[in-house]
Amino acid sequence: MIATSFTPVASLLGGALIGLSAVLLMWATGRIAGVSGIAARLFPPYEDRELAGRLAFVAGLVAAPLLVLLVTGRLPAQTIAATTPVLIIAGLLVGFGSVWGSGCTSGHGVCGLSRLSVRSLVATITFMATGIATVFVIRHWS
Amino acid sequence: MTILVQFAIGLIFGLGLIISGMSNPAKVLNFLDVGGIPAGTWDASLAFVMAGAVAVTFIGFSHVLKLPRPFFAERFYVPARKDIDPRIVVGPAIFGIGWGLAGFCPGPALTALGFGSRSAFVFVAAMCAGMMLARFIANLPSSARVAAPTDPLET
Repeated sequence: MIATSFTPVASLLGGALIGLSAVLLMWATGRIAGVSGIAARLFPPYEDRELAGRLAFVAGLVAAPLLVLLVTGRLPAQTIAATTPVLIIAGLLVGFGSVWGSGCTSGHGVCGLSRLSVRSLVATITFMATGIATVFVIRHWS
Repeated sequence: MTILVQFAIGLIFGLGLIISGMSNPAKVLNFLDVGGIPAGTWDASLAFVMAGAVAVTFIGFSHVLKLPRPFFAERFYVPARKDIDPRIVVGPAIFGIGWGLAGFCPGPALTALGFGSRSAFVFVAAMCAGMMLARFIANLPSSARVAAPTDPLET
């Protein structure tokens, strides 16, 4: 494993920005800022005509590191230790599971909990539990 | 105009992910690694991301949802479901396993594309395939399933 340092202030600030973004999206479009839902709806079948807006939101997500690079002149650390086969399996599970469960960390974890949704609470507890269990098995049972 | 605003909102979301450390899978995995608490390698930062995000969203939503309508849309699309069906447990259970394997969830994975990393492209391609598979299966008609009146993607 790669050691990382505890960054409570930066994490709280970054979290507040994520929250601000969720509030702004609700204010502007009336939609939940659930990234899995937004990403999944980039593909057919389309249920509405808001494809361009979703593409713009995702383009903003992708452009964020470029803005950081422009302003600060460097990119923060990003360490991806997983091998290609693990990335493929993990990606399939994350994609399938987030759509099957109607949301991910942002839709359920941020927007859902903020709306006091019981479904989102169940979902958040479940993915936290299986995420923790998975890391535990990989790091401490092998 | 709407497009530009949504781009800016996505940009703020992405900046939040980067500043908070969520865009670094190593940090995410060290947060999920509660087995690292005795060794002192546990990184509790992500609890602060959640706290900051939920606090701002909770306060913000309570104000915004009192408005007659969103600025660029006809109405608010807030999920109304309250039932606990098997999918709300099975889906997140599968999602969590994938999250624990690579340290990526959908937002950080998409933002990681902007870092230009090959691994992020591999992950996102597989993630999109998984999403399409789930939508395909979820939309299949089944006599066993009670008629679901809602959008299969609804939170």
